[in-house]
Amino acid sequence: MRHVSHLTKLTWVEIKIFLREPMGAIGTVLIPVILFIVLARFFRGETRAPRFVSVDLPIFVVIFIVIGAVLSLTTIIAIYRESGILKRLKATPLSPLVILSTHVVVKLALTSVTLALMAVAGRRFYAGSPPPAPLSFFLGVILVSVSLLSMGFILASVVRTARFAQPIGSILLYSLVSISGLFFPVRDLPQGWQVVALASPITHGVDLLRGLWTGDGWASHWIAVLVLLANLAICSAISKRVFRWE
Amino acid sequence: MTSVILVSNLKKSYGSLTAVDDVSFSVEEGEIFGLIGPNGAGKTTTMECVEGVRTPDAGSIQVLGRDPGTRSIHLQNRIGVQLQEAQLQKRIKVWEAVDLWTTLFPKTVDGEKLLEELGLAEKRNTRFMNLSGGQKQRLFIALALINDPELVFLDELTTGLDPQARRTIWEMVLRIKERGKTVFLTTHLMEESERLCDRVAVIEHGRLIELGTADELIARHCPERTVFLSAADVSAEVFSGIPGVAKAEIKDGVLHLVGVGAGFVSSVIECIAEHRIRVTDFQTEMPNLEDVFLKLTGHSIRD
Repeated sequence: MRHVSHLTKLTWVEIKIFLREPMGAIGTVLIPVILFIVLARFFRGETRAPRFVSVDLPIFVVIFIVIGAVLSLTTIIAIYRESGILKRLKATPLSPLVILSTHVVVKLALTSVTLALMAVAGRRFYAGSPPPAPLSFFLGVILVSVSLLSMGFILASVVRTARFAQPIGSILLYSLVSISGLFFPVRDLPQGWQVVALASPITHGVDLLRGLWTGDGWASHWIAVLVLLANLAICSAISKRVFRWE
Repeated sequence: MTSVILVSNLKKSYGSLTAVDDVSFSVEEGEIFGLIGPNGAGKTTTMECVEGVRTPDAGSIQVLGRDPGTRSIHLQNRIGVQLQEAQLQKRIKVWEAVDLWTTLFPKTVDGEKLLEELGLAEKRNTRFMNLSGGQKQRLFIALALINDPELVFLDELTTGLDPQARRTIWEMVLRIKERGKTVFLTTHLMEESERLCDRVAVIEHGRLIELGTADELIARHCPERTVFLSAADVSAEVFSGIPGVAKAEIKDGVLHLVGVGAGFVSSVIECIAEHRIRVTDFQTEMPNLEDVFLKLTGHSIRD
């Protein structure tokens, strides 16, 4: 029970702090939504909207989650470590797991807000654009988020300073996103890259969310679910071991 | 007196660098105990091992009868910690930090009252990043005191502060002691340790080289007193016969008298009276911990 009250309080404080960042609320919530509306308006006149806009909204969401997970999380943890915040927290009864979970919860909360805003915006522009099974899709988003966030924790644990966190996170992020099946099908990739793409949890996240958005059941994407769960288990175990307080 | 902290044969290395080498000491209930020494001497490492933030390589530590290495919740509830160069989230407000810390402990004091006592009441809505160095330190003291701890750790509390802020913080530390708490602090400022500490341990290159009250250390290592005397017509010979005198010489018209023993200064005054010397200026110089440190290590603590 102690941990729950710690988590609740710390999460609330962290959300407030985050919203005070000049780019916090704008960059994380407003820009994706505005981008979404602008794209939607741009393609509205077309009889057949490109697949990217009309169908692949979930993919856009995945990219957004990955950016949130890998970049901002890595940077936040690196800054916290570098400036001694983690060390200060270590000298309290606060559990390390609570600190880590807090940032996951904060990310998920902000992701949910953005998603909800997008859903509202999307309803205006496309008829029938909400998924047939919203709850199922929402659960999918949580699974994908948590799985990818656990990758972010490993990176955050290993990368020493915030200055390195950003470029290293970006390299990882953009290379994995580029082969995730978002821009072209994985089967069009060269053989070697297909292997990398299929090993990447991002690819499976794209697959699962794309399926859930269009009304598929979880069973038909069991491989993706399995990969995401395995990734979560492995990454959590590793990051717990290698996490550095200072 | 009961020992609140017991450290025996503590060792800690970072790679090939030995930071703390076979250090043993105890801190008694209700005292202010200072670990003094230059930067890099091993003060912070020692303190962080005692706090349970760092794991020692060898040796045993007991804090309030428990091993701090286990990160025991029970122990963390009874100690208050201020870490060197610690930070908080840049945009966290003062009251939010105090409120967060209040949530972390089962038994706490009134946070608002604490802020008032520490002169931070007006800053309760200020973000951490907008506080001055002294205000940040006062906030860290508040956080260290929020759980009404029996034992408070203060690591390089006033480093980087201006003299005014430093004095304010010293007052606060003395008030912590008045409330019956035990304080364990580190400092490389000799004035600070003289003003605050009941007992000091001198640490150099990871080894504890002296331990005692400031008076004990001074008496042990620097027993000399110096008297500077200006008089109309003074000769060194008059004073060369008084007990304990080691040196009597005139430099730039001022008589320098160096001697040992508690009665040395009175002997000088008696001698002045006896010879009816018309004194225009009289000054004494007592050695301080700075001199003790210089004597013990051969260099100044600032080097």
